[in-house]
Amino acid sequence: MSRLATVFEATRAENRAALVGYLPAGYPTVDGSAEVLTAMVESGCDIVEVGLPFSDPVMDGPTIQLAAEQALRGGFRVKDVFRVVERVASTGGHAVVMTYWNPVYRYGVDAFARDLAAAGGLGIITPDLIVDEADEWVAASETHGLDRIFLVAPASTEERIVTTVARSSGFLYAASVMGVTGARDAISNAAPDLVRRVRAHTDMPIGVGLGVRSGAQAAEIAAYADAVIVGSAFVSQAGEGIDGVRTLAGELAEGVRSRVAAGQAS
Amino acid sequence: MTEHNGSDDRTGHEHDSHDPDERGYFGEFGGRFIPEALIPALEELSAEYDKARLDPDFVNELLRLLSDYAGRPSLLTEAPRFARHAGGAQIWLKREDLNHTGSHKINNVLGQALLTKRMGKKRVIAETGAGQHGVATATACALLDLDCVIYMGEVDTERQALNVARMRLLGAEVVPVKTGSRTLKDAINEALRDWVTNVETTHYLLGTAAASHPFPLMVRNFHRIIGIEARRQMLAKAGRLPDAVAACVGGGSNAIGIFHGFIDDKDVRLVGYEPAGHGIESGEHGATLSEGSPGLLHGSRSYLLQDEDGQITEAYSISAGLDYPGVGPEHSYLKDSGRAEYYSVTDDEAMEAFQLLSRTEGIIPAIESSHALAGAIRLGKELGPDGVILVSLSGRGDKDMDTAAKFFGLVGEDA
Repeated sequence: MSRLATVFEATRAENRAALVGYLPAGYPTVDGSAEVLTAMVESGCDIVEVGLPFSDPVMDGPTIQLAAEQALRGGFRVKDVFRVVERVASTGGHAVVMTYWNPVYRYGVDAFARDLAAAGGLGIITPDLIVDEADEWVAASETHGLDRIFLVAPASTEERIVTTVARSSGFLYAASVMGVTGARDAISNAAPDLVRRVRAHTDMPIGVGLGVRSGAQAAEIAAYADAVIVGSAFVSQAGEGIDGVRTLAGELAEGVRSRVAAGQAS
Repeated sequence: MTEHNGSDDRTGHEHDSHDPDERGYFGEFGGRFIPEALIPALEELSAEYDKARLDPDFVNELLRLLSDYAGRPSLLTEAPRFARHAGGAQIWLKREDLNHTGSHKINNVLGQALLTKRMGKKRVIAETGAGQHGVATATACALLDLDCVIYMGEVDTERQALNVARMRLLGAEVVPVKTGSRTLKDAINEALRDWVTNVETTHYLLGTAAASHPFPLMVRNFHRIIGIEARRQMLAKAGRLPDAVAACVGGGSNAIGIFHGFIDDKDVRLVGYEPAGHGIESGEHGATLSEGSPGLLHGSRSYLLQDEDGQITEAYSISAGLDYPGVGPEHSYLKDSGRAEYYSVTDDEAMEAFQLLSRTEGIIPAIESSHALAGAIRLGKELGPDGVILVSLSGRGDKDMDTAAKFFGLVGEDA
């Protein structure tokens, strides 16, 4: 049984989308990231993605690149991610880790899954691991009861969507645009189309991310997706202080409860 | 010594037992560790190359460009005065430095540029370290009327300023990359970010036999012409196959190209030389195969330089073209299977060989290729006067004159 499923049962019962917020562990410091993530949970994030800073983040735009660089310069170590997850989980938050695959491969896939589960983490989002290469992770996630959140993109073919859905659990991460992370003014209309194509193959919750930064955008996405994923906007706010993070989470939490029909958001 | 089947008319694009499996694995190395968003483009590229490699029109058009535009076949030159410093062994140089644009890179670039046209794409992006691949790509794009954007680490744009000017003269846009270590690996990161954003209109013309399938296979096959020609030339001129083939290894494209000419000749040693930079013990080097461990970078599983957390560590070499913490997956496979051997050469040894070839043969080699020459000196001393060594002279040294002038103090009143 997916441990994230209960989160989505609750949000679906409330007829709203879930809010998923991202922050790299170790940014601005290890303790600081745990505090910001906890504030995000308190202010309305149903799930938080704890990022694992990596030296070569090819899917990330400048905001997250710089945050990851700062975390690494500050001495972030992979095992610190478990401490952060533990802090978030101990206050009742639902935490997943988002990570490029090499640090996990290096740590040992089974060992990483074991330590993440022990810390109270619920799953891993894998931006550069495709299902075809994921045998070891599938086995480890089964052993330790973690969810596997793979990505699909607007370019994904029907065949790729079907293959990816088959090995996913918890929710699916639908990239709203072809591109890297970073706040954008408008969410492309590729997102609703992608969600519709994925929905044809599964009832699994679908989260939409890449470029979301405002309550209005959140409301627009909430109209057709099960989760609204916000990354760079939180990272930018975290650089300014915790009050702005709470304000942003509050605005987005309101957005996911509004469910504006697509195209009506200003 | 057995003859290759049809070694005289192979093009490098034939299917053989050295192709990776259908998932792009050479043994346990290779594959696709890359965002899902790029998988459709990689599948399209695989399908197009699979068709093209069997299409006489494509292969003949490429061969025509290689001969009429790039100047192939490249010469095989004996280096007797240089060889005196290498135990008296016979040393033969495969002269990729004489190709148009001055290195082996043009072989792959012309092939991928033709593929780009076949796929109906109009825009090409590429990474470059020293600038050799960037210049070659800008050249092919000028020739074939393709838009061209080159990503180059800011550190490299400074140490290779003339190549930046060259690319711009050829009509390419050069984007200095200011993130991370601001060298080759960061240029690849930035090119991948561009590709994931513009994949519908854009081909990523990768410069080495690394990254996700089908690049390691395809780039290798575009360079197999080096080894096919060299084997034929060795038999004609030296009357025998070499005892050893020496090549420098950064990503490993010239090495894999020349190695493949001899890969079925079990008595021919295949020897790759990586940059030891300031010395392995200094920690400042790019000796990925000698000192690294298996991991995932830029789309495939291969040896790489990483710390105990799996963070990629910065490579160093005096040669910008070897300054890379990864290596093509087939080299990882050849290392583990024992078919090829890999050693490292320091900056100082490479620069000594750079000067020696200039003074004994009147050939100024690229600093990259000088690592192979330094290796050949070691091999010659090991094999003695009966030894026969083939060296991949992958590029010419014009681009390195600024570095060499500083290293040897060649400019100014006291020089």
